[in-house]
Amino acid sequence: MRNVWTICRRELYAYFVSPIAWVLLTIFAVLSGVFTYIISASFVRASLESQMSGQSFPMNVNEQVIAPLFSNIAVVGLFLIPLISMRLFAEEKRQGTIELLVTSPVHDLEIVLGKWMAAVLMYAALLAVLALDYSFLFIYGNPDWKPVATGFLGAILQGACLLAFGTFISTLTRNQIVAGAIGFALALVLWILNWTTSFGNSDTVQVLNYLSIVSHMDSFSRGVIDTKDLIYYVSMIFLGLFLTARSLESMRWKA
Amino acid sequence: MIQVQGLSKRYARHVAVNNISFSVEKGDIVGFLGPNGAGKTTTMRILTCFMPPTEGKATVAGYDVFEKPHEVKKHIGYLPEAPPLYPEMSVEDYLTFVARLKNVPVADVKSRTEQVMERCACADVRNRLISKLSKGYRQRVGLAQAIIHNPDVLILDEPTSGLDPKQINETRELIKSLAGEHTIILSTHILPEVEAVCQKVIIINKGRLVATDSVENLKTRAGVGSAIQVQIDTAGEAEAFIVRQRLEQVAGVSKVLDRGASGSRFVFEIESLEGRNARADIARAVVHAGWNLLELKSSTLTLEEVFLELTGSHTPPPPVATPAAATGVAQ
Repeated sequence: MRNVWTICRRELYAYFVSPIAWVLLTIFAVLSGVFTYIISASFVRASLESQMSGQSFPMNVNEQVIAPLFSNIAVVGLFLIPLISMRLFAEEKRQGTIELLVTSPVHDLEIVLGKWMAAVLMYAALLAVLALDYSFLFIYGNPDWKPVATGFLGAILQGACLLAFGTFISTLTRNQIVAGAIGFALALVLWILNWTTSFGNSDTVQVLNYLSIVSHMDSFSRGVIDTKDLIYYVSMIFLGLFLTARSLESMRWKA
Repeated sequence: MIQVQGLSKRYARHVAVNNISFSVEKGDIVGFLGPNGAGKTTTMRILTCFMPPTEGKATVAGYDVFEKPHEVKKHIGYLPEAPPLYPEMSVEDYLTFVARLKNVPVADVKSRTEQVMERCACADVRNRLISKLSKGYRQRVGLAQAIIHNPDVLILDEPTSGLDPKQINETRELIKSLAGEHTIILSTHILPEVEAVCQKVIIINKGRLVATDSVENLKTRAGVGSAIQVQIDTAGEAEAFIVRQRLEQVAGVSKVLDRGASGSRFVFEIESLEGRNARADIARAVVHAGWNLLELKSSTLTLEEVFLELTGSHTPPPPVATPAAATGVAQ
């Protein structure tokens, strides 16, 4: 465990002394800020209209602001996550520092876990910016905090899952751009799988829909923790990390 | 400390290391010598558990590299050909990270980091980013990284490559000062380096073991039946063949070879019978014939010639590059 933390700490160091973390934080702050503004502005307008029209429509901050915000953020995540994970192993391979890691008394799994954990924490730092946006909703409104909490949990799980696959992809190449591009393509595929629902409701479609990563966010952002979604995320994380560990091992045989 | 038996590493298209065996005693500094692409790096990578061997067995500090890699790694400090440095870290942060990674006890991390920075003369750049360091400093930080957990065995892959002569000397001195506490294997293709630093040499070529012996033994072994070179000035009194005949008559001489002439000066290479030193007799014979003896030296082979001979490129003077450069790079 100590080794995992040692590696995780160095990775965080690498994120935050290099421009990566700050560029990502900036992009994310701008995007999440814009989304928060647009969605809450239209919510305010709708509530004004409902007051002026005399009939009061049921208005709910959680359903009309926070839930759509989470699904927007989930999509933003798809784009930013490959940028977080692409360097994890590709950079080590390019610099030759991978030789230091794999000849140190550290198990492969510890290396993988440490790096993945750092990436998840990096992603959590992005979500912290979103929490800052939400704090305004709590100052000026009165939303229920539970769907917010589950929404963050869902966002983290989704991120952790994509990062696990991103880490795996990063072990396959020494070129960061390639790792980023493949990671992005994979995220895109996992995202659009649920578009197949428009083709009906056959078994295949249901399977594809289950595999789609975004569809599992919905219940979280509505405040529901569904075991089905939880199992999906956890098993995908395991799969991603397992593949990473195997890939790292196979690298030795091929080296 | 290190035992290697029948070690091989094969790739799909070529054999990088072919059935080599050697052993290294505790406290030795061993030079791992061979032309580029001979399999030095591959062998080192197997010893450091970076990659498994295709065949054979290797044990370091009593642990098998394949069965107990974790234990082996604890006892090895490794400096790869390109020092494994993170450019975005400062020297001190980097060494602290490596200390933790190598399982240095938490309480000792700081003091060990200080010690190795002093030892490797990089304390003055402790706060500098590694990306801003000169090549010489990078190499020092690389060495510091290798010794930070006080390993029993140090494996250094071309520790002086790319350094300037002053830095090369400093690095060699540093390596020598590490002897005793550590068993050291260092790879190189620079021969004077081996003579300067190592007690023992392992020569490999094209993945095969060519020789393993002490530096002294190798030199004398190749110097047996050593040749004597003479330069004689006959001042126009005699032709080359007469001089040669005269020399051939000297007791103990087995063979006389023409090695060129200019005017009345002749150079001969004389091989004496084993165990005989014919130098005194040759000198007397030359003087007796009334010629001038300009030069008389016994040419024991330098390590360089031994090396060239052993690695298959022929001895006589022209120091041709060994053909092994074509055998592919050890990756």
